[in-house]
Amino acid sequence: MLENKDYKVIGTRPIRHDGVDKVTGRALYGADFQAAGLLHGRVLRSPHAHARITSIDTSRAEALPGVKGVVTAKDLPDAGDKVADLGEGAVNLKHLCDNILASDKVLYKGHAVAAVAATNPHIAEEACTLIDVEYEVLPPVLEVRQAMEPDAPLLHEHLKTTSLGETADEPSNVASHIQHKLGDPEKGFAEADVIIEREFVTGTVHQGYIEPHNATAHYNQDGQLTIWCSTQGAFTVREQVAEILQYPISKIKVVPMEIGGGFGGKISVYIKPVAALLAKKTGKPVKVLMNRADVFEGTGPTPASFIRVKMGATNDGKITAAEAYLAFEAGAYPGSPVGPGAMCIFAPYNIENVIIDGYDVVVNKPKTAPYRAPGAPNAAFGSETVVDEIAEKLGIDPLEIRLLNAAKEGDRRADGPVHPRIGCIETVEAAKAHPHYTAPNGKKHHGRGVASGYWFNIGLESSVTINVNSDGTINLIEGSTDIGGTRASIAMQAAEVLGISAESVNPSVVDTESVGYTAVTGGSRTTYATGYAAYEAAQDVKRQMIVRAAKLWEVDEANVQFADGEFSSINGKEEQISFRDLCARLGETGGPIVGSGTVNPGGAGGAYATHVVDVAVDEETGKVDILRYTAVQDAGKAIHPSYVEGQIQGGAVQGIGWALNEEYIYNAEGEMTNASFLDYRMPTCLDLPMIDAVIVEVPNPGHPYGVRGVGEVPIVPPMAAIANAIYDAIGVRMTELPMSPDRLLKAMGKI
Amino acid sequence: MRDFSYIAATTIPEAVALLDEKGENARILAGGTDLIVQVREARRDVDWMIDIKSIPEVNVLDYNADTGLVLGAAVECYKIYADDAICDAYPGLIDATTIIGGTAIQGRAGVGGNLCNASPAADGIPPLIVLNATCVIAGPNGERELRVEQFCTAPGQTALEKGEMLVSMKIPAPASNSSSYYLRFIPRNEMDIAVVGAGASVTLDDAKQTIVSARIALAAVAPTPLFAEEASALLAGREVSDEAIDAAAQAAQAIARPISDMRGTAEQRTHLVGVLTRRALNGAIQRVRDAA
Repeated sequence: MLENKDYKVIGTRPIRHDGVDKVTGRALYGADFQAAGLLHGRVLRSPHAHARITSIDTSRAEALPGVKGVVTAKDLPDAGDKVADLGEGAVNLKHLCDNILASDKVLYKGHAVAAVAATNPHIAEEACTLIDVEYEVLPPVLEVRQAMEPDAPLLHEHLKTTSLGETADEPSNVASHIQHKLGDPEKGFAEADVIIEREFVTGTVHQGYIEPHNATAHYNQDGQLTIWCSTQGAFTVREQVAEILQYPISKIKVVPMEIGGGFGGKISVYIKPVAALLAKKTGKPVKVLMNRADVFEGTGPTPASFIRVKMGATNDGKITAAEAYLAFEAGAYPGSPVGPGAMCIFAPYNIENVIIDGYDVVVNKPKTAPYRAPGAPNAAFGSETVVDEIAEKLGIDPLEIRLLNAAKEGDRRADGPVHPRIGCIETVEAAKAHPHYTAPNGKKHHGRGVASGYWFNIGLESSVTINVNSDGTINLIEGSTDIGGTRASIAMQAAEVLGISAESVNPSVVDTESVGYTAVTGGSRTTYATGYAAYEAAQDVKRQMIVRAAKLWEVDEANVQFADGEFSSINGKEEQISFRDLCARLGETGGPIVGSGTVNPGGAGGAYATHVVDVAVDEETGKVDILRYTAVQDAGKAIHPSYVEGQIQGGAVQGIGWALNEEYIYNAEGEMTNASFLDYRMPTCLDLPMIDAVIVEVPNPGHPYGVRGVGEVPIVPPMAAIANAIYDAIGVRMTELPMSPDRLLKAMGKI
Repeated sequence: MRDFSYIAATTIPEAVALLDEKGENARILAGGTDLIVQVREARRDVDWMIDIKSIPEVNVLDYNADTGLVLGAAVECYKIYADDAICDAYPGLIDATTIIGGTAIQGRAGVGGNLCNASPAADGIPPLIVLNATCVIAGPNGERELRVEQFCTAPGQTALEKGEMLVSMKIPAPASNSSSYYLRFIPRNEMDIAVVGAGASVTLDDAKQTIVSARIALAAVAPTPLFAEEASALLAGREVSDEAIDAAAQAAQAIARPISDMRGTAEQRTHLVGVLTRRALNGAIQRVRDAA
């Protein structure tokens, strides 16, 4: 099953099922939601980065005509110190609740403090200005190394460092310390002929999804709560809201609207519980929308970090040891992705001796959230730059050194797991063979760089139901928010099983009461896991259809076979009926057919990418232009190649933004000074060449069609690839992100 | 966004009377691409918006090769760059009008509004300065004129007195063997605000070897756009050379007093003044030489 055999549907490029509605503006997003009697909610946010709330007086706001309700943290159930079980790891419930509405302290500028529901958004906004909050302003801590200093101001008086299973006595901003060790690093470095050790700093960056967060909540008279919202996972919204409100999940229905981007940033809830509190208080449906500044200041970006990487290699290019120190900013509450960063940092290589230390550190910035391969891009910026420097020192081609040390099936990752069949070598080889890599690039101040990246991908639970229609089509019911074309990629896997066209599948993303539990669209899992569930559901349909055919022909089920969309009798009478024709005869053979599939697969299969980039550096201004970009990636099996290419291109582009200009800029008071798309500089189409996406297919043994997740790994290599290209262009190693013009001018000694 | 009143004036005296009567919290509305955003983001308190788009005088776009250009205060950018004669005469102004906002913004935004918004980083103002523009201002006491480099007084502040409004800008006809150039530095290629902007106009001798006169103006390096008077004067009578241009660039750097903010650092801006002044001067000179 894992060979690249001839598929009918898989590997083709049908138009996505949701495409027409989206490009014609008919698709319904959260902000489009309307209801009779709808009220509009707005959130009052902290002007301070770090302060104690001494009092909140909402009376003036409540007295404003048109205001129907005001809520603060007092309206949340008392969280105590309960640890909520949210499936993907334990989270301190007080931290979870305080991030929704601050109770005793505000920990970042933009931290939600109160919210208002009014008859129109303008009144709600004005009412926010009438809420009197008194603060005792405290000094903010805005940088991870400062936050780790013993005398740094503390964000949480009760937070103590957990280090390798032990909890410290004294409070600290360091929430946890993790360590992975493999072999004997000391011995490995002793064997090395060349050792390179460098320090790196990366900025805070946001996912930059185009659609701001939104939520509309309504309580029925019987206490049934419904939330319509933009989310990457309706079920995880249900879980989080249930925990925060201490309300049973059976009384909460979450309806996922279309989503305008998430990239990991729309998993955590922010305004959804607030909308619910306002709906409860007013008895009316309440819609809460964020504006762009709310999104930057009040939702989770991905962390800034300080990283030190040391690697050693022998003269013939064998990497003998690697060491990494990763300190990640968690934001206001613990939970940075330093763990995944530590898992991924050296994963493209088979290194016998490795030690990795990771620190999760709170600072006065918004609590961080996942962003595309969370943690891995920060880490790879360090390791892939050091590998480039080692290759240069040894006079070995940078792709050749990657091949010399490439991870393969059976090798052990420093954090424990042994690689199954992976496509690390194949992606590096494809990059090396690509015409881009050998094209001339000798102009002054032009440079070429390469870097590789790894992301482990996840499985998790998915459910799919298939209803068979009498006209030979199927309705495919799923719970995975479609962000990158997954309606198509999931439908195509069911279509392949049933021998029908992608267009004969009508996929629907439904609410939490209409499909089995399905985890978030995240971790590059959706085409893999929900696609797997669709495969299983289609197999279920196929089995039931075989029973019907057998019944129709009065033969034994074992004598019916199904191939290429046709059922046939292989023993006795010669009978044949197409899937479509049999669908029309379900009534007479026993009634409707519903197929279902549920999975929680363990074999997600990691993904590798290698990128090649050409840059031009304006030596006078420090501006970097991306001239050519080739992104090679192992997709396992590309179900819908266009959307795989789209993911690769999108990830590369976000990486280019992260590399060159994107960052949260703070003043000394801890206020973000660029909370708009004007000054938070994401690349526009005018800043980018066409990204050449090259798909490599090394089938994943953990999936019936060999699928590997593709959404995240393409953001891992760009920063180091571009840094290496800048070095090639001007001979300066950039170790701080973003590599903005002013930093380049400084590094070149021009200012 | 809080409530405000909107009124459309149809004559200059009507607009002036309204401005005079309503006082500080009245603002002129033309394209609205700055004003509406400022009101929506609560960065400016406005009780009255006085729409001037139906006043004929502010919509004048009249170029005459002998007398120059009259550019009404509400004329949108796209009309300016759609006029071939204006493109030929004032290429530095065209450089700016084609980069203010994006295409959609250029359909509403005008150079007059760019001037009245008085942003230190305004792309439209340095070209007006180097092109010797004069502002025509109407007020309760009649009309007066003011050189454009004196129009902005601080970030967001202008020399307009109570009840006064900008009617138009007058730009003299270009001298022979002259041209102009404007460029800005932004970290991206579009949709950004100048980290530094620099405009230059030059008039060369008939041999196109010697600079007869030049004007240099800078944006985003001081509380207002600057006319680099000394740097400009240094070039008069000099032969075109890297040395002459470097000297002017250094003199321009000397008057820059930039701040560090989210768009750039002070050191970066001072450095860029040198780079962009050289590029603006060379660009203007090249245009003179390229002309038939």
